[in-house]
Amino acid sequence: MIETLRRRPGLQAALLIFPAASFLVVFFLMPLFIVVAYSFLERGKYGGVVWSFTLENLQRAVDPLYFNTFLRSARIAGLTTVICLLIGYPLAYLIATQSDRRRNFLLLALMIPFWSNFLVRTYAWLTLLRTNTGLINVTLMGLGLIREPLPLFGNDFAIILGLVYGWLPDMVLPLYAALSRLDPSLLEAASDLYAPGRRVFTRVVWPLTLPGVAAGSILVFIPSLGAFITPALLGGGKSLMIGNVINNQFLAAHDWPFGSALSTIMIGLMLLATLAYFRLVRRRG
Amino acid sequence: MSASYAVELVSVTKRFGEVVAVRDMTLRIPDGEFFSLLGPSGCGKTTTLRMIGGFEMPSRGEIFIGGEPQGYRPPYQRPVNTVFQSYALFPHMTVYENVAFGLEMRGVSREDIRRRVAEALDMVRLAGMERRRPSQLSGGQQQRVALARALINRPKVLLLDEPLGALDLKLRKAMQLELKQLQHRVGITFVYVTHDQEEALTMSDRIAVMNHGLVLQVGTAEEIYEHPNCRFVADFIGETNFLHGTIAGRRQGALEVTLDVGGTVLAQAGQDIGRGQPVTLAVRPERVRLSPGLPGGEVNALSGTVEDVVYTGVATTYWVALGQGERLMVRQQNEQIGAGPVAERGEKVTVSWPVDAASVFAQASEAQAQAAPEAGA
Ligand SMILES: Nc1ncnc2c1ncn2[C@@H]1O[C@H](COP(=O)(O)OP(=O)(O)OP(=O)(O)O)[C@@H](O)[C@H]1O
Ligand SMILES: [Mg+2]
Repeated sequence: MIETLRRRPGLQAALLIFPAASFLVVFFLMPLFIVVAYSFLERGKYGGVVWSFTLENLQRAVDPLYFNTFLRSARIAGLTTVICLLIGYPLAYLIATQSDRRRNFLLLALMIPFWSNFLVRTYAWLTLLRTNTGLINVTLMGLGLIREPLPLFGNDFAIILGLVYGWLPDMVLPLYAALSRLDPSLLEAASDLYAPGRRVFTRVVWPLTLPGVAAGSILVFIPSLGAFITPALLGGGKSLMIGNVINNQFLAAHDWPFGSALSTIMIGLMLLATLAYFRLVRRRG
Repeated sequence: MSASYAVELVSVTKRFGEVVAVRDMTLRIPDGEFFSLLGPSGCGKTTTLRMIGGFEMPSRGEIFIGGEPQGYRPPYQRPVNTVFQSYALFPHMTVYENVAFGLEMRGVSREDIRRRVAEALDMVRLAGMERRRPSQLSGGQQQRVALARALINRPKVLLLDEPLGALDLKLRKAMQLELKQLQHRVGITFVYVTHDQEEALTMSDRIAVMNHGLVLQVGTAEEIYEHPNCRFVADFIGETNFLHGTIAGRRQGALEVTLDVGGTVLAQAGQDIGRGQPVTLAVRPERVRLSPGLPGGEVNALSGTVEDVVYTGVATTYWVALGQGERLMVRQQNEQIGAGPVAERGEKVTVSWPVDAASVFAQASEAQAQAAPEAGA
């Protein structure tokens, strides 16, 4: 038996991979397949599907009414990603250049807020931001610094703030990994070859950490695009994202096929973003 | 400060918290010299080099390059370039882009860059490799890219930190020669860090031997090999026998030493050492002559017993017991085939050496050099 395996490394690899592969097929690929398949079926009266083929769901999903929500969501997710990058890069740089002990402490500090439930944390933001009863506006008005409450809630600002807060660590961690892998002697070499600090960054640090930038951006962009708790709570019911629409299709409208069609389009968009990432990494590596 | 020195360090000290990495170092390196910093691990070689390059700032003292004080100038404002131990080639750039980097940063025109990169790659025999990535090169090729990348800038001084350390022995030997010839051709001052004494002896015009952040001796290969100024240098460079004794006086311009194993020998007087002082005598094994039988009254002759004979091809090494646990290593060149050993194990022999073959160091000053050393260049 063992002899046979030794002689056939291909078979050995197949056997080793089998448990993980079957797990992925059953619990990951199957649901995905179901979502895509449902997009082509008709809705049942009280949820569920009727097994007859139709393209109507997908046509409805690209209707301007929904497509604009897609675009709006992409814009919010894009802005969230850019802001996370602008805050996350210097933060990751700072952490990566500390001594071992401080580095671990800072990484811990970055992650501690995420030990509590996401919903609870978003409610916490709600109590801070709410227009008339939120802590920030109440304090500022109490101090007489403003007369009218600031528009902190129920708009894109609140959603983006909530999303940045929620996904910043997902940006920082890959950036931190990329930056701490960077060989410091490369920076010294660039400096030795007459590059002032600014150009050491643009010519050496940035290009070598680009895979981290891309990984972090994807990790922030994808969940932001599909977010529904944050816009539901901080958008104040007025500002919605595609995640809320999908959520409603399943839970309120009981239109599973249409919800699936919207999801399928979103999965397609994410696939494109991920492919772009791998192209970028391959070209640089 | 005189401009005829490419590099000049004046009383430079570097502390890292409690650690004194370099202690009150004064060095003068003339233009065009191949100068090596040699010493054991942790003695401060890299730190010295990094201070010249501007990667570390001295805690005290001043560094001059081409006669100009460098103060707190950053690396990119110094007329020196560095070849890093790990080469530090930019992995995301081609060989061409790596070599062109320095010129590009200084705003040299595109055509000039193209011409000079071609020249530089020619010089290190890497023409045709322009489009490769560093990861597609062998260790020796990467090393040459690093050299080209530094030399293309025509620096006043090239700093090299154990540049051959990562190469295998054969390639290292070949590169030693190549580097030496290259330095000769371009005429740029090289400051070369190594812990390999043979490498330093082979390549350098002059060598500074360091220990514990101190420069112990500066001189040509021959000077530090033949006339080491302290026990550490004698021990670190090549192989040496140490014998213990006491100064008995002076005779014919030489020091007379009474050895602990018995007998009196003459040795050159490097430092002035007073009568009655305990001393250590250093003799190179290849300077000792071995002859059968008992001493016949010649100077610097001792009797002993052969303990071991080891044939190593070029030479034969004899271990001779002198008594009181002191042994002398004697190396005799094998000039003729089949001549056989001069003496067998267990045989009584006479060992002797010329007066100028032995160096004498006071034992007290040694202890001092270990504990709280004074600068001595
Ligand atoms: N950044 C630093 N912080 C603290 N101590 C340092 C630092 N750099 C060097 N040292 C200490 O200074 C001393 C000299 O180090 P240096 O790197 O110059 O030695 P070296 O002669 O180059 O040794 P090696 O042959 O091992 O490279 C060592 O004791 C080292 O631990
Ligand atoms: Mg070193």
